Amino acid sequence: MAKVNASVAETPEEIKRISEQQHRILVRNQRISATIRYIVLIVVGFFMVYPLIWMVGATFKTNNEIFTTLNPIPMHPTTKGYVDAMKSYGGNINIWRSMLNTYSYVIPEVILTVISSTLTAYGFARFKFKGHDIFFTLMMAMLFLPQVVLNVPQYLLYNKFGWVDSPLYLALIVPAAFATETYFIFMLIQFLRNIPKDMEEAAAIDGCNAMQTLLKIIVPMLMPAIVSCALFKFMWGSNNFLGPLLYVKTPAKYPATIFVKLSMDSDSGFNWNRVLATSLISIIPNICVFFAAQNQFVDGISAGGVKG
Amino acid sequence: MTKTRKFLKNNIGFWFILLWLIGFCVFKAYPFLSSLYYSFTDYNLFKGITRFTLDNYKNVFVNPPERQALFITFKYAFMTVPLKLVAALFIAYILNFKLKGVNFFRTAYYIPSILGGSVAISVLWKALFNDDGLIRTAFGKIGIEAPHFFTDASWALFMICLLRVWQFGSAMVIFLAALKGVPEDLYEAAELDGAGKWTQFFHITVPLITPVIFYNLVTQLVQAFQEFNGPYIITKGGPLGGTTLMSLLIYNNAFTSYNMGKACAQAWVLFIILMIFTAIAFWSQKHWVFYQDDEGR
Repeated sequence: MAKVNASVAETPEEIKRISEQQHRILVRNQRISATIRYIVLIVVGFFMVYPLIWMVGATFKTNNEIFTTLNPIPMHPTTKGYVDAMKSYGGNINIWRSMLNTYSYVIPEVILTVISSTLTAYGFARFKFKGHDIFFTLMMAMLFLPQVVLNVPQYLLYNKFGWVDSPLYLALIVPAAFATETYFIFMLIQFLRNIPKDMEEAAAIDGCNAMQTLLKIIVPMLMPAIVSCALFKFMWGSNNFLGPLLYVKTPAKYPATIFVKLSMDSDSGFNWNRVLATSLISIIPNICVFFAAQNQFVDGISAGGVKG
Repeated sequence: MTKTRKFLKNNIGFWFILLWLIGFCVFKAYPFLSSLYYSFTDYNLFKGITRFTLDNYKNVFVNPPERQALFITFKYAFMTVPLKLVAALFIAYILNFKLKGVNFFRTAYYIPSILGGSVAISVLWKALFNDDGLIRTAFGKIGIEAPHFFTDASWALFMICLLRVWQFGSAMVIFLAALKGVPEDLYEAAELDGAGKWTQFFHITVPLITPVIFYNLVTQLVQAFQEFNGPYIITKGGPLGGTTLMSLLIYNNAFTSYNMGKACAQAWVLFIILMIFTAIAFWSQKHWVFYQDDEGR
């Protein structure tokens, strides 16, 4: 026994020396792998971000310069792209008008979606009633019902209702009032499950009815999740392309997504700085919202996946 | 009267889901079932229904454009989904080591998928890879003839895929949240047993986050089979129908030639294919998805 010990380390000093040596190797290895990780992150990150940075730079370039260099910084900065972007293509639509159109249906969509989804989630998560389980199953099944199978019949239905090309964007706004975004109901239910019921029970004893309990107790506690829903709906709503493509036919009512597509079709090949400037302006509100509320986006998107 | 009132009082929860129930019947169930009905007719938006037929379904598997669109949709989904998931998991794994500046990188990776759905990003993609676009010009300068990304049929579909893969950020954020939930002591124990980082990854990390891999797989699959914006805006389905995915074909049939019956049948075929894949994923769950609690699902 003593012999074996002797061959490894004889004195306390020697033990210390060996462990220090091991420690140094460990630190060195950790440093190497950390460096490799940073290199990977930076290289991949470059490909993620470069197109966006180039886009911002390109809006300030002249059309002659725009494709001649990979350098995102303009050599001869000009605001001509932006000046041109303000001009209309004829007809009474321009970038500002189209963005105004976008938000004139996105904001009602957001509000109605949040209200209807919260009510539905509360109903499913906190009450038992006849048919609860069947309805719940149907609701969950809607998560897997792809929109592609609904597009054509929904168009035919809205056509019958007279909602196609309605100046009030009824085809886009009305369905939002009826909790048609199943993902949000699902997400809110997931959050509700983690909220203890004691407060509600106390409220019930104090004589609150179900609606008062929802407004005074549930909504405040559920606020982070509700905000996440609103933010996602805002992004999806303002990025929505197929919806307006089907249901908005009057040029003066075109939203930004359609306007940007049309400006690309009519200008690409010779006036790219204008097209890119138009595109960039159209997503500035989204970029601002994202940076203002990054964490809510992350929390919202994680909730479905992790707990689901 | 009193009976109904009593029923409603005992079933207060029903009031809260009433909006959803109306929405479900009017905006989901009715369109869904009516579409099945239309798919067996020759419904044209202007001529109406003149007869019932099975041709719509037969044609999906017989007509060359439909068969090509089906094939391309499969190709698109099977290129995009694995690449996206692998990229997302790989980057999430690296970000999960407590490195400085993780939040900065997370933001950088997440931005493309937050903005990616917008038309503006499709415009950007076109500016980058168009025949006279940035990448080809840059390659030309150093004397390399880059491929015609959007007009060469063998490249066009891949470029549309790449636009999607570039948006792996949201899947990555979901993975990252799951990785944070893997208990630290498991890694420490493995470290003591002398397991390397790769062994740890495949034997600890991956098994523990299979529910999330499963979730991402299903959601990405559903999205990929329905892709519309990219091909519609960038390539208009060309060259030679090389990027005409099923959703685009359905759109063209329904809204440029107004053959609603035909479009509904194609949508139903796509829907059934998607359901089969979702069912396979759910069925295969028990072989590879590991839930920590029995009731988990």
